[in-house]
Amino acid sequence: MSSEARIHLERVGKTYPGTKVPAVEDLTLDVYDGEILVLVGPSGCGKSTTLRLINRMIEPSGGRILLDGEDVTHGSPDKLRRRIGYVIQQIGLFPHQTIAQNIATLPKMLGWEKARITARVDELMTTVGLDPEQYRDRYPKELSGGQAQRVGVARALGVDPDIMLMDEPFGAIDPITRDRLQNEFLRLQGELRKSIVFVTHDIDEAIKMGDRIAILGERSKIRQIDTPERILAYPVDDFVNDFIGTGSTIKGLNFLKVSSLTLTHYPRMTTDEDPQKGIARLQESGSDWLVLVDDQHRPLRWLSEDDLSGAEVDSEEGGEALGEFLESDNTLFQALEQMVQSAAAASIVVNATGAFEGVVQMEHLAKAVRRAQMEARLHYEELEATNT
Amino acid sequence: MSDVIDGPAVNRVDPAPPDLDPEPERPVGSAAVMRARVLNNLGLWVAPFVIAALAGLLYLYVRSLDLANAKTQLRSPLEWDTKLRPQLIQHLQIAFWSTFIVILVAVPLGILLTRPALRRYSPGILAFANSGQALPAYGLLVIFLGIMGQGRWTVIWALALFALLPVLRNTMVGLDGVDRAVIEAGRGMGMTKLGVLGRIEMPLAVPVIIAGVRIAIIINIGMATLAFLIGGGGLGITINAGLKLQQDPVLIVGGWLVALVALSFDWLGAVAEKYLRPRGL
Repeated sequence: MSSEARIHLERVGKTYPGTKVPAVEDLTLDVYDGEILVLVGPSGCGKSTTLRLINRMIEPSGGRILLDGEDVTHGSPDKLRRRIGYVIQQIGLFPHQTIAQNIATLPKMLGWEKARITARVDELMTTVGLDPEQYRDRYPKELSGGQAQRVGVARALGVDPDIMLMDEPFGAIDPITRDRLQNEFLRLQGELRKSIVFVTHDIDEAIKMGDRIAILGERSKIRQIDTPERILAYPVDDFVNDFIGTGSTIKGLNFLKVSSLTLTHYPRMTTDEDPQKGIARLQESGSDWLVLVDDQHRPLRWLSEDDLSGAEVDSEEGGEALGEFLESDNTLFQALEQMVQSAAAASIVVNATGAFEGVVQMEHLAKAVRRAQMEARLHYEELEATNT
Repeated sequence: MSDVIDGPAVNRVDPAPPDLDPEPERPVGSAAVMRARVLNNLGLWVAPFVIAALAGLLYLYVRSLDLANAKTQLRSPLEWDTKLRPQLIQHLQIAFWSTFIVILVAVPLGILLTRPALRRYSPGILAFANSGQALPAYGLLVIFLGIMGQGRWTVIWALALFALLPVLRNTMVGLDGVDRAVIEAGRGMGMTKLGVLGRIEMPLAVPVIIAGVRIAIIINIGMATLAFLIGGGGLGITINAGLKLQQDPVLIVGGWLVALVALSFDWLGAVAEKYLRPRGL
């Protein structure tokens, strides 16, 4: 992320004629190269208006808009919009044009050669996961909502703009398809590295999609703008806290990795060891459970003292099942998910070869969350110190 | 970043293979739609035969009158070369030019009145166009007679005003009916206002506009029968002669011819509607 802002809004405002209260007031905002900045806020806060101010679908009544340092507040809005991809919730495919014609709209308008347009359309359709052979000559009414939105994205990418504006692009799509489109879009963004402003009213979508999130209050006032993990760890005021809602700490676990934890030692025994040894280890450690591992140290079962009372341990049926294993790049959210299903209230961590490393327990999560919260608070205290 | 939040799906479970698009493909046309389409097409191709048959019947009817030996009151109004043919041509001219003027005036007017800057004038103009149709056609002809004097063009202009409303209203309804999101998307991509109008709004409004034009044509063909009242000619002369001379066959032939013309043009309108309708709608 370079420090040079791709989009710079400088005290931009919009007051509709005939109203006293501005819809957007004195908004200053930077969007950096290659990031997804999510504008999120309650309905009517002006987030869509803000987005539409950037490509001047709504003309700002004050302030300046800079793209790559160039003032675009005045001059032709049409020329400005051709540099910016624009995706809206209703998609707005041209119903009387085929998918290929829809995607070719902007290249054609800019006078590209026919062969180049055809190649570009095929490339874009492949990029968004639609088979050109199959879909090129279809009409929009023959597509499902998810497919139509893919075409919408492909059309916005037509002439490879550096900047994209997306207004609740996945808002009208069923949850399962939305989730898949979100994941695909993130993968795509990983390759394309566009600078994107993304509007949503759904905080979970914001957390998922955003490199940074701007939480907007009334009149598009920025209440907090930061990475999702910091906002979740340290909401700056009650408004933000209310907006991100209950469970924000749990959501924050999505941003913490198992690798950041120091795993404590946990009692274990191999299949060929004497159960009595296991009992001794349990008593020594004060733990209720131990982990049975095979000769490769791969974890097999949870065992309690009762399970060890016999002469031999049943490595298939004895004790309790372990659930699924975590590796170092799993999130603490996934760890929590396993933990609450586990007999021992702990989730198993293995290394790359599948050997038992240790367990994640509640105190690990609590510690990690407190550390994240402290780091975020320190960050804001530092910010405040430099600002004053 | 997606792997961070892929959610609770825990490790060791391979992520679902990406995208074997499970979205169901919608059938291009369901059986009911296909049946409707076939019927529609059938109607379109059967109509000319029906019209031809009606024309044939008329011919047989006229033959059965044995005009060569008929009395003058009956023979004279039904002479093809001196009466019926010129009247038919006049009738078509009146209908054609008045419809032409309607299209020329109403479509651009409809476009202008749906632009944001001029939208506030649309109720006034629509009221004016409404009055054109609300007035009795006869009254309208008389008013135009007072302004323009006798003649065919007086009729043409009067009928143009009379038939303005359906085309104007359909143009406005058609343009207003274009999905705002489609226009928003076009503008958002950097299409000019004119580009959006020409490449998106108009093509999408065409079916509705043509439906209006069809109505205008039928109105004009019907109303052109009144043209004779102010010296405009047309098949109204024959119908009138049939009434005045109390010759029912003359009346029937005149009315039948007008009906044939109206049916033919309505069919042409239907063909235009079918082939000018953009694909994909």
